[in-house]
Amino acid sequence: MTDTELRVSKIRNGTVIDHITAGQAINVLAILGIDGSSGEEVSVGMNVPSDRLGRKDIVKVEGRELSQNEVDVLSLIAPAATINIVRDFDVIEKHRVSRPDVVSGVLSCPNANCITTGDEPVESQFEVLDDGVRCTYCETIIRDSIAAHISVA
Amino acid sequence: MRHEHLISAKQLSREDIETVLDRAAEIAADPEAVAEACDGSLLALCFFEPSTRTKMSFETAITRLGGDATDMGGVESSSVKKGESLADTVRVIEGYADAIVLRHPSEGAAKLASQFVDVPVINAGDGAGQHPTQTLLDLYTIRENAGFDDLSVGIMGDLKYGRTVHSLAHALTNVDANQHFISPESLRLPRSVRYDLHEAGANVHEYTEIDDVLGALDVLYVTRIQRERFPDENEYRQVAGEYRIDAELLESADDELTVMHPLPRVDEIAADVDETNHATYFEQAHNGVPVRMALLEAML
Ligand SMILES: [Zn+2]
Repeated sequence: MTDTELRVSKIRNGTVIDHITAGQAINVLAILGIDGSSGEEVSVGMNVPSDRLGRKDIVKVEGRELSQNEVDVLSLIAPAATINIVRDFDVIEKHRVSRPDVVSGVLSCPNANCITTGDEPVESQFEVLDDGVRCTYCETIIRDSIAAHISVA
Repeated sequence: MRHEHLISAKQLSREDIETVLDRAAEIAADPEAVAEACDGSLLALCFFEPSTRTKMSFETAITRLGGDATDMGGVESSSVKKGESLADTVRVIEGYADAIVLRHPSEGAAKLASQFVDVPVINAGDGAGQHPTQTLLDLYTIRENAGFDDLSVGIMGDLKYGRTVHSLAHALTNVDANQHFISPESLRLPRSVRYDLHEAGANVHEYTEIDDVLGALDVLYVTRIQRERFPDENEYRQVAGEYRIDAELLESADDELTVMHPLPRVDEIAADVDETNHATYFEQAHNGVPVRMALLEAML
């Protein structure tokens, strides 16, 4: 147990997302759809000293695991993040996120005239570029502020 | 062509393009030879946006191949009015027809439709996205009039929302062409098209004034600047007036310049251009039939 890990409380069952790019914790919560209103137990550490990153953010969520879609989008805003799955206070699984070729769901297309923004039975889908993402339907490119396009379901 | 669907000009290789254009030329020379090529085939025309030209052109093409067309009718009278999704509409129509021609006001509509049906979907225009069959007839016209080698193509007007422009620009990266884009600042090529042209290693040049490049062009492709793209009437008039060509302006162009337009035009090409040997837009429109015949023959 390191000093920094003590700064936020331990969880029994759930997920610890560590090594989040400093300043991105709020966006990670948005990806998870957590705004505090649905009662999840969440601890957030911001700008915590880190050997690897200098400063990092950390998010611990009780009783929640991440879907692949959420992990994929997470990798875009926090490429160094590690995901620890906790059962009975033990980390039973730990992995680093990797940049996918495609992300589905979670983000919504900023083009109001895109077919995915209407009432169609499809998830949004974006191709991952070197410096952004691109809607596979209307081809709109999002370069900066990917987090601004997280859909609020 | 090996494609199941035709959604974007980006799908088309040089070989695909040449195959369709060669076949279109054969068909144009001897249409009787294919009079029964699609005997018994039924083409569904699903136009969620008004279009007379493209729809008639497809209807003519399938009829001349010995097949038939069935028309969804206007959106006003259809289930769409009652809130049906596009995914549902095309799944119903796939049961009626052997292929679906789709025109829709939203970008990505044809791509979405193609994911829900097994019959071929042909994109006949999706919002400001793509219009690949228009591109094939544009390429046919360019090849007939100027060839595909050492070509300088000017594309003028609404480059931001013009789907015929986006499709044509992608397709021209397959041939030996310099692309010159002429538009007001506010209607320049969108980022996504620029990205693809860059990725394809295209030779792209941009201008705000036609005079700066007119003399160097083999082909000038004019598109309409629409009123609704501007906040007020005055601004629209001022801008539109600068992207208008007439016979006098064309005196400084190459004698061989081919002037094209996807039609309908309003006043961006003055009527006096029709009398010059530059005017190629009616021929271009007529080329839509043999080109769509070649495409349908390959896809059905
Ligand atoms: Zn989109």
